[in-house]
Amino acid sequence: MNWFNTITILVVAYLAVFAQATINEFRHLLGVQLDLIPSLVVYAALSGGVLNFTIVAMCGGLWMDSLSANPLGVSLLPLFLVGLVIHQFRELILRQQPFAQFILGAGATAAAPLLTLVLLMNTQVQPLLGWFSLWQWIAMSVIGGAVTPLWFFAFEHIGETFSYRPLNETSFRSDRQIKRGR
Amino acid sequence: MLKRPHYIALGVVILFTFALIKLPTRAAGNLKLAIGGVFLPLFGMAGSLGDFAENSSYSLLSRRELIRQLQWQHKTNQLSQLYFRQAEEWKRENERLRDYFNIQRQYPFKPKMARVVARDPVNWWKTITIDRGSRDGVLTNAAVVTPEGLVGRVSGVSYAQSQVVLVGDPDCRVSVLVGEDKSREQGVIAPASSSPLDHALVDLSYLSRNSKLIPGQIVVTSGMGGVFPKGIVVGQIADFRSMGYGLYKEAQVRLAVNMNRLEEVFVLMP
Repeated sequence: MNWFNTITILVVAYLAVFAQATINEFRHLLGVQLDLIPSLVVYAALSGGVLNFTIVAMCGGLWMDSLSANPLGVSLLPLFLVGLVIHQFRELILRQQPFAQFILGAGATAAAPLLTLVLLMNTQVQPLLGWFSLWQWIAMSVIGGAVTPLWFFAFEHIGETFSYRPLNETSFRSDRQIKRGR
Repeated sequence: MLKRPHYIALGVVILFTFALIKLPTRAAGNLKLAIGGVFLPLFGMAGSLGDFAENSSYSLLSRRELIRQLQWQHKTNQLSQLYFRQAEEWKRENERLRDYFNIQRQYPFKPKMARVVARDPVNWWKTITIDRGSRDGVLTNAAVVTPEGLVGRVSGVSYAQSQVVLVGDPDCRVSVLVGEDKSREQGVIAPASSSPLDHALVDLSYLSRNSKLIPGQIVVTSGMGGVFPKGIVVGQIADFRSMGYGLYKEAQVRLAVNMNRLEEVFVLMP
């Protein structure tokens, strides 16, 4: 397991949850609060093993619930299930293609709140839902999809910058060079 | 087909989720506040940056503008002092009359200013986080107001922060009064049934069918239930309709406070 990658995703998830709670421009503009954690789970599921996306889903879900009125733990399972499905089919996914990344991000951002709502309906709390929730769901999914290729781009650059890159060795040796002359 | 590590991870997450959901309310609340504590350094940093930006903007103000603002504040202060003395006189008169008629005295609440540091990151709740907690004496269920009117009540308190559930959330129902002094109708503020996610409108239900409502009437807290003190403005009647084949009335109330633009609020301390 690449711990550097996992820690980087966790740090970004931590900042993303903080940004979701404090940056309200999207809420004022579109009436929607962004959800960036499912798209991070998509990246975690495609870039590492089971432990990678499980840790991201658990920490991201707990941090989200701690700052919201959700019952604690209700976001964990939906995020994990999203990661599990993507990880299960990772060999069939064209993960390098931005369009595939967009579709995966949008699907994950659409599925996670739906699964959370299913869990919430089975607890004693009553979330605020109306026709406007449909708009919020669509807008959230599209934005979540748009953000996913950016995560791939950013994490790959961070990985390239900080990780060890093996030097390509060639069979050419300058001391064995045959110099042609007259 | 899932592999063995997938099954183990799935089992662990399911167990962990249900263990957390089934925790007693108090323990879950405390755990939630403890986990939320990891964001305290970021909230502190954001607050300091905000203060720095605000102080920097003051240094850009011209001397003429500062003198103009000072003169305006001086005039407002004089007017406020006049109103304050008048209010003090009314308070003394009120206390004398209460003693005379043997009515229990009302003890005023001490407002404590708090800054809104975060909003609910999820779309289906209406809550905010403020930068006052148990170290400042904030208690659960304390009323939260602005000079315009009622904001909500404190639903959870940690050492340095508190969570406030806003009016219009299903977890914040308010007993209110509407109408003229002699024929005041009592009702309950609940989330708007037609547009529950609208921060400006809420429903006023449990009104009798004979209640005389007029758009624009002021709605104030009734003081019943012991959470909200009596007389705090909640909003104005926007519209009303007969429900249940004319058996009772329901009204829509436009809230006095713009919940989308909350920056500073006051917690009413007993």
